Amino acid sequence: MFQEAPPLWKNGPAPGSFYNFPNTTFSLLQNSSSDAFKHSQSPVTTATSIIALVYDKGVIIGGDLLGSYGSLARYRNCPRVLKVNENIILGAGGDYGDFQYVKALIDQKIIDEECLDDGVKLKPKSLHCWLTRIMYNRRSKFDPFWNNFVVGGLQDGAPFLGTVDKLGTAYEDKIICTGYGAHIVTPMIRGVLDKNPNIKRAEARALVIKAMEILFYRDARSFPKFQIATLDEDGVQVEGPIDVSQNWQMATLIR
Amino acid sequence: MFRNQYDSDVTVWSPQGRLHQVEYAMEAVNQGSATVGLKSKSHAVLIALKRASSELSAYQKKVINIDDHVGITISGLTADARILSRYMRTECLNYKYSHDTYLPLNRLISQLGNKMQVCTQRYDRRPYGVGLLVAGYDDLGAHIFQTCPSANYYDCKAMSIGARSQSARTYLEKHIDEFPSAPLEELIKHGLRALRDTLPPENDLNNKNVSIGYVGKGQPFKILNENEISSFLTLISGEERRGGGAAGPDQAPSAAREDPAGDEGPRDPVPAVAMDTE
Amino acid sequence: MSSIGTGYDLSASQFSPDGRVFQVEYAMKAVENSGTVIGLKGTDGVVLAAEKLVMSKLHEPGTNRRIFNIDTHIGMCFSGLIADARQLVDIARKEASNYRSQYGVSIPLKYLNDRVSMYMHAYTLYSAVRPYGCSVILASYEDDQPLMYLIDPSGVNYGFNGCATGKAKQSAKTEIEKLKLGELSCKELVREAAKIIYLVHDELKDKNFELELSWVGKDSNGRHERIPEHILADAEKAAKQAMEADSDSDTDDL
Repeated sequence: MFQEAPPLWKNGPAPGSFYNFPNTTFSLLQNSSSDAFKHSQSPVTTATSIIALVYDKGVIIGGDLLGSYGSLARYRNCPRVLKVNENIILGAGGDYGDFQYVKALIDQKIIDEECLDDGVKLKPKSLHCWLTRIMYNRRSKFDPFWNNFVVGGLQDGAPFLGTVDKLGTAYEDKIICTGYGAHIVTPMIRGVLDKNPNIKRAEARALVIKAMEILFYRDARSFPKFQIATLDEDGVQVEGPIDVSQNWQMATLIR
Repeated sequence: MFRNQYDSDVTVWSPQGRLHQVEYAMEAVNQGSATVGLKSKSHAVLIALKRASSELSAYQKKVINIDDHVGITISGLTADARILSRYMRTECLNYKYSHDTYLPLNRLISQLGNKMQVCTQRYDRRPYGVGLLVAGYDDLGAHIFQTCPSANYYDCKAMSIGARSQSARTYLEKHIDEFPSAPLEELIKHGLRALRDTLPPENDLNNKNVSIGYVGKGQPFKILNENEISSFLTLISGEERRGGGAAGPDQAPSAAREDPAGDEGPRDPVPAVAMDTE
Repeated sequence: MSSIGTGYDLSASQFSPDGRVFQVEYAMKAVENSGTVIGLKGTDGVVLAAEKLVMSKLHEPGTNRRIFNIDTHIGMCFSGLIADARQLVDIARKEASNYRSQYGVSIPLKYLNDRVSMYMHAYTLYSAVRPYGCSVILASYEDDQPLMYLIDPSGVNYGFNGCATGKAKQSAKTEIEKLKLGELSCKELVREAAKIIYLVHDELKDKNFELELSWVGKDSNGRHERIPEHILADAEKAAKQAMEADSDSDTDDL
């Protein structure tokens, strides 16, 4: 059989065959024979656990600054706990690009609201609900945002803490840890809050710092620099970078 | 028969910078029966006068529920009002779905305003021939909004629209300072009195031709039934009536005559009307 | 306007024999029927001021505001039909939002002005639509530089140091020309703006009005905001005093 020569360059003319100029109606019709495409099915640059809990009059969220490229500790300054508005703070783990995209959506949402200047401010429950809709919608298209979001805030004066994952699974709780932290530090924080459900801000802060330290020793995707956001009647504070206090003396004992 | 050559389309500006088609649409609001809206710090109340197109027919519904925190009354083309109320219901529902809370009133109204404006600027559309009074309660408190076919809307302390509504507005202006602190019952009584002022002397309010709806703090929008309306009507029944052309030196009668659409209360059936106004 | 009523003034897509598009000119008439707004550009920002006529005692104060935020750093005020203006506010906000999503920074006023003007101009080209019945003033403060544009219903726009539109634009312009705009700061311009609005307000024809003031500049950290309550009160008080002093001296003359 006669075999056609391959094109001279990609999508270019091929010797002995008619050439259709690109971007004409005819060529577009011909090339659209396949509508198949593949969604991303794994994250690329990832951030690890988020640690969050409710204390007596507010909420606290902590997360480290590492952006991992697979197991490579690739980016060392990826902030992912932030203030959304006067009564909402947000923490995010998972794909950092997806997080940045969703963050841009939220930022614009806040700007739109500021422009209206009508005295109505987004509340944490509303943002949590909105994020849930977005996450569930994307997963239903088999193209999820690969994130865990933790929304903290003051809902009409009362502390609120909620989370949503890449499947759109959402819930509220007093203690929310995502990723590796869910397994490693949730029990420790529960232990403390079970004894005293109304810890003060300083105790909560110490608890999160302790959690970040534990995670740094055990989670291979963690990093010794992290940020903490708190929100209570004194307003929003985002601190950091804070350093994990490290002690490797015991390393000499390991052979 | 045209009043002038610039009034055939909404896309035509008159040399004075007016839009006659929009102004005519505004007149449709004055053809509908009167409705009153007023609010206190904690409640917003809507009271409307209903018409029946004949002895045999039921009274046309005037108060429409939008969401737990919003209700409207209409004056003008009922069919247009249904389009708008469906839009408002959808918007409230969508907001509740995505934000797990009630759509703030001012945002609902401004979205509605932008929807209505489009119809005042395109050749293939006509303005909505209906005015709304919107009552609602949200984080910012109780609200009464008025919307017009011109796509204008106003945040009001109290308002009345529809036929002979000037008499009601006169009443409302006179008592405006009493409303903010008034309890719900007083508010409804004020509303009924204002509405009664729009009636000609030979007519009176009854539990069939009056509709009452209210919303407030911890109170989802509620439309009263006939028994409940009767109990409120008895509260004002003994009082001397003002306005409506009967009550001596009061200002209201002259105000009523100024009303360009001067109305005769419940009307006989009129056949062959393109669109009924209620 | 000798060609009025000759049938060449019924559509935006039609020229009159002397080369004019009357529908656009009529739309400008709608602008001139509305309350006055002014914009003043100072050394460290822009001040916008509007005379909002109060139609009824039954309306809440603050309803139908005439100054809007478009983005954090951009303000817009208008004279003309408020429903039309709100539509423009909506598209301006969308343009600003769109620009940010594409480029990651807030939209430079130069571009926003371009896009809004082109949008308005498109409505002067077809018989199926009517031109917008409003003029808008856009103001911003970017890279420590105040900027202001005025767009007419025709889609024509100019940059301004001081501009006025609406009912009393002529007398407002006269007052603005008396100011040394290149030397005054926002704080001083706030008072001047209040004075001008009070001065040009026609007490005989329009009874009540509310003064609206906003600024964007150094004093507001580059954000477009309503002027804080106490500064507004001060400016309003000063304006009223100036009016009284004015009328006193008038009677002295007599």
